[in-house]
Amino acid sequence: MQTQHTQHTTQTHSTETYQHNLYPDERGRFGSFGGKFVPESLMAALTELEAAYLDACNDPGFQLELQTQLASFVGRPTSLHFVPRFSRMVAPGIKVYLKREDLAHTGAHKINNALGQGLLAKRMGKKRIIAETGAGQHGVATATVCAMLGLECIVYMGELDIQRQSLNVFRMKLLGAEVRSVESGSRTLKDAINEAIRDWVTNVETTFYLIGSAVGPHPYPRIVRNFQSIIGAEARKQILAQEGRMPDIVVACVGGGSNAIGMFYPFADALDVRLVGVEAGGTSLAAGKHAATLVAGRPGVLHGAMSYLLQDDDGQVLETHSISAGLDYPSVGPEHSYMKETGRATYVSANDATALRGLQVLSQCEGIIPALEPAHALGYLLEAGEQGAIPAGSLIILNLSGRGDKDMLTVAQALNVTL
Amino acid sequence: MQTKNEDSIHQATQDTPPAARITHVFERAQHEGRGVLIPYFMCGYPSASQCIELVLAAAAGGADIIELGMPFSDPLADGATIQHAGHVALERGMTIKGCMETARKVAAQCDVPLLLMGYYNPVIAYGLERFCQEAAASGVCGFIIPDLPPEEAAPLQQTAYRYGLALIFMVPPTTSDDRITQIVKVAANGPGGFLYCVSLSGVTGSRAALPPHMRSFIARVRGYTKEYGLPLAVGFGLSTPEHIAEITSYAEGAVVGSALVTIIDQHEESQQVEVVKNYIESLRKR
Repeated sequence: MQTQHTQHTTQTHSTETYQHNLYPDERGRFGSFGGKFVPESLMAALTELEAAYLDACNDPGFQLELQTQLASFVGRPTSLHFVPRFSRMVAPGIKVYLKREDLAHTGAHKINNALGQGLLAKRMGKKRIIAETGAGQHGVATATVCAMLGLECIVYMGELDIQRQSLNVFRMKLLGAEVRSVESGSRTLKDAINEAIRDWVTNVETTFYLIGSAVGPHPYPRIVRNFQSIIGAEARKQILAQEGRMPDIVVACVGGGSNAIGMFYPFADALDVRLVGVEAGGTSLAAGKHAATLVAGRPGVLHGAMSYLLQDDDGQVLETHSISAGLDYPSVGPEHSYMKETGRATYVSANDATALRGLQVLSQCEGIIPALEPAHALGYLLEAGEQGAIPAGSLIILNLSGRGDKDMLTVAQALNVTL
Repeated sequence: MQTKNEDSIHQATQDTPPAARITHVFERAQHEGRGVLIPYFMCGYPSASQCIELVLAAAAGGADIIELGMPFSDPLADGATIQHAGHVALERGMTIKGCMETARKVAAQCDVPLLLMGYYNPVIAYGLERFCQEAAASGVCGFIIPDLPPEEAAPLQQTAYRYGLALIFMVPPTTSDDRITQIVKVAANGPGGFLYCVSLSGVTGSRAALPPHMRSFIARVRGYTKEYGLPLAVGFGLSTPEHIAEITSYAEGAVVGSALVTIIDQHEESQQVEVVKNYIESLRKR
């Protein structure tokens, strides 16, 4: 990729059209995005991981163990649930289905990937697991899987996130994990990843880095996408069974982008299905006030991959803000950059207030309290409906990536309620 | 240190690629029967102007090559010491342009070859062509980019080589023989420089003792570099004269980074120039 020529353009649909099932290529690229921008100390570990992953993919024994645990431990398949009252609030004559990842064990989609990578780590003989977490959902999922598999678990978490997600910190500790507070930089997810990578560089021979989103160096974006693709694969079967047709629109929130890529990828070959990713618009789209990477960033390199990145003119990574700790990340998975660049998916932003409204509306009219992350997608749909942007008759799937219990303190505070 | 006159700058840049100056330093040190000493300073730390004074002090103390750190918001190969220095430098307004100015000012006053060391994203943001062009014009001889392994290095490497600048690659002790062969081939393909042997798998930062098996690690790497005559320098974790003496008994060069930041932190600004000069002299003495 000729980054020096494209760096200052924010939105250029290149002449390349979306290619399904082609990427990542052998260099770990999705078009011009992805790659392995890591210290040499990690190159051997990435090669070893890729070989072990491919080997596991071809091993029916591994696949059987994964499927068995996804059913009995995680509780899959999760339901595809029609929400009539919410649908009417979006627009008359449309149907919204929620993919209920909030019903998965530990309360979010993160467990799909944590289980897959945990089984992979065990297969590779690695007994020390490190992970980063933002909202704490990936940390909880990793701690859960490590407890189940008898693996040591260390979770890096930004000091700011530890404050706003104290419940998840406690859950991780109960599950036997060590939570290490990260006090550098913006003290959020980005800094937790820096610290996890530093740990990995230092302990690379004994340690498995169980990365929680579809980000990082190759082969992680591919591995995470594939473990999360069970979301979209189930949803596709379910919507065909329940409605007899493919959806018109598939919507998901995007931070690092693992729930979104897991939902989008199995639909991406069906070019009539519109894919919409909703990023965190924070308090405004001014620098430092949001985490809408694909909406407002430009390509750059962070955490081992070339992807869209929120950065200043000098290439320093910008601080981000979102009411949702899980979306508070200045880059995004490279495959989303590819989907944006080729026009296969559209990326929009919803601000903190829109997300709060999404959370309240779904809670009150459907009896489901969503996490603040998918609440961005819910809020976006409500606004798009009000603006007349959702055609009558639309069939929509929204990935409800997690439940809202972890966010109650944040929501109460935002609504000026003292608990 | 040799004070440099204007003519010698022009001659060096016109007749030989900047990277060849690095090779010359290794040749000269070998001739003198000693190792090449490579201290690291973070541009803009503790301030833009003081950094230049400290670099000149290191040159006066006997530094052979100097690494100038370019601060980055997310330095994932660095330990706490250099993270902190970079953070302060950024807060005080250091930029890539400022790093170029630092190099230019240093190069105007001494002829120690300079290497810019930093992460890839600010280089991309600056523009690869502009970065290499301005670096060459600022008296820089090459780059060390820790998050740019050979697989991803081609765009910067090709641009750097057009300006006669070196791109230095790193080899940690856990690297397989096949991989060393691959890295050496890419590194030896350039206009000059050395191979940066990382003493341990980990981030930058001083350690009390050298890791074990250093000598055998260097001997293993040398098996692959010999045919190219590529010198070996060792970095990460070195701080004492004893470390430098041991390392340079089997490698051609030694890098000192975090230890210098710590020394700078431990002294008042008015003392730092003297202390840095003395420290570099003490490393050279052995």
